[in-house]
Amino acid sequence: MPTIDAFKKPVLNVNHLACGYDGRAVVTDVTFSVQAGEVLTILGPNGVGKTTLFKTLLGFMPALSGEMRLCGEDVSDWTRKRFASVVAYIPQQHNPAFPFSVSEFVLMGRTPSIGTLSTPDAHDAQIAHEALVRLGIESLSERDYTSLSGGERQMVLIARALAQQPQVLVMDEPCASLDYGNQVRLLEQVIDLTHDGLSVVMTTHDPNHAFMVGGKVFCMGRSEHFTYGAVSDVLNERTLQDLYGVEVGIAPATASDGTVVNGCIPFLGSAARREAGRGSVVEATSVSPNVHTAIATDKSNAVDKSNATDKPNDRRFRKAL
Amino acid sequence: MNKRSDKQIGTTSSCSRSRRGRSIAIIVGLAVILVVVFLLSVSIGRYGIDLGDLAASLGDSECDGTSFNVLFHLRGPRVVAAAAIGAMLACAGCAYQGLFRNPLVSPDLLGASAGACFGAALGILMGLSGFGMQVLAFASGVAAVSLAYGLSKKLSKAMSGVLVLVLCGLVIQNLFTAFTSAIKFMADPNSQLPEITFWLMGGLANVREDDLLWLAVPLVIGCGGMFAMRWRLNVMSCGDEEAASLGVNVKRTRLVVVACATLATSAAVSVAGMVGWVGLIIPHLARFLVGPDNRFLVPASFLLGGSFLVLVDDVCRSVYTTEIPLSILTAIIGAPLFVYLIYHSRRL
Repeated sequence: MPTIDAFKKPVLNVNHLACGYDGRAVVTDVTFSVQAGEVLTILGPNGVGKTTLFKTLLGFMPALSGEMRLCGEDVSDWTRKRFASVVAYIPQQHNPAFPFSVSEFVLMGRTPSIGTLSTPDAHDAQIAHEALVRLGIESLSERDYTSLSGGERQMVLIARALAQQPQVLVMDEPCASLDYGNQVRLLEQVIDLTHDGLSVVMTTHDPNHAFMVGGKVFCMGRSEHFTYGAVSDVLNERTLQDLYGVEVGIAPATASDGTVVNGCIPFLGSAARREAGRGSVVEATSVSPNVHTAIATDKSNAVDKSNATDKPNDRRFRKAL
Repeated sequence: MNKRSDKQIGTTSSCSRSRRGRSIAIIVGLAVILVVVFLLSVSIGRYGIDLGDLAASLGDSECDGTSFNVLFHLRGPRVVAAAAIGAMLACAGCAYQGLFRNPLVSPDLLGASAGACFGAALGILMGLSGFGMQVLAFASGVAAVSLAYGLSKKLSKAMSGVLVLVLCGLVIQNLFTAFTSAIKFMADPNSQLPEITFWLMGGLANVREDDLLWLAVPLVIGCGGMFAMRWRLNVMSCGDEEAASLGVNVKRTRLVVVACATLATSAAVSVAGMVGWVGLIIPHLARFLVGPDNRFLVPASFLLGGSFLVLVDDVCRSVYTTEIPLSILTAIIGAPLFVYLIYHSRRL
């Protein structure tokens, strides 16, 4: 993509940011930057302050220290309106109180660019409609938002964000409530949007999403152990194991057109295996050329190796019954 | 943009334009209905007035003095006040339902009505004149909501202050209801107590021209403010964080809407006493007609609320030899209507 290179300048800069409630820091010293047309995935287990960081990035709560810059400008004194014209937020889910139609709902994305006491005009309606067309969901425009499926709702939320004409999209676990196929389609859409020069910051609980979209990753481990860098450099077995406390394997898979993508598989019962002091991840991935064999190899390994530790559990289970 | 999608834009936006056109047509229809209801209402009553005859005789030197008096000093002001009060309550209810993201909310939520009732009861206890009592009722309604709002600001540091605000409103509302009971307890059981009780049941029998001036200012500021904020109300109904992410200053918007709705509700209650149900069912009825978009819902509620209360007041003053209190009829008409709307509304 030649267009991406033209955008290569940082849109979002976060320097030594500390965030928390009532002056008490939950996370400190967060530093990363996102360029135009780039995706940053935030990974981390529950309870490390991902939400707190997220709310601070969106300006819902003030930063305790450090700074956040958008397009080179410090945002601390920006109005909500100005902020919303650069950053659009796509919540995990929207709980509608009233059955707005999709076109009315997407039109709300135009709010940052109209006066406080005015209503959107025909030009705004046109932009909102173009957002629906851009995502290929213009056929939904007269449906009620409440009547949509989870996947459709997520697309409509993205359309509303696009109607804001922002430079950064912030997505809170965009795949959380979607089926497998819709997760993939959504991520394809996200990648497609970055080709227009949009930057995307998203959280997810599935490291595979980071492998699929590429770009950069910010791993938030426990006790403020942060890892930041390109997905291809940073995201390895060691990092993920430290992050989530479970053993994982990473292996490449080849698509029908020859594209090679890494995938990540957790090994069940890995805690028990670690107790026994034997790990098989590295062997498994180095031997197998694609993910499917990695699973197969590991399954047989896992069964062999964890037999001894599994059995007492089994017995206890039966007793309880 | 390729040719295909250009064509689609044309067709689909014309579709949404027709929906918009339909809503506007309904609003115009509601305005016409309000005018018709108004003309009908000034002519009916225990003293019948033929508007045609009266209009014809206006130019003559010997015009019908009694008809003229009834029309311009008694019935006219009363019908206008009923329209204004219905419109204000419905408008405030509509704004609150959007702001608090809940279709079951009425303008009494933050204690405006309870406060105004307390003020009126206190005024009667102190032997104030009609106007003095109205001022006290209005001030006390505004004070109750200010108290609830101030209390919620003290209690909530986080951004989602809605729940705290509603809880504080509940506390203040109950407190003021208790104060009103205390005043009833202290009042003279032969003169003041019945007066307070009747006043609380609501009615427009005592409305005169001066009251219209008193209602005009809160009507213009309150309903005008809510009308101006109608697009923001749509955005606020997405919830605080989403509204903020769409560029809305959530706290300021909430303050402005609450202030406008309180102004309207307190003024309405200070003139008419407690009139329940209007602020709850009229926005529902309007939503049934024009959908949830506040751009159309606020004006539709305003017009529909006006017509509704004028009609209810017509029944109050003409069905029985003595006046029936307003709140009794609004509840008797409102409750089944509400059930009907819940049953038939896909869009609830």
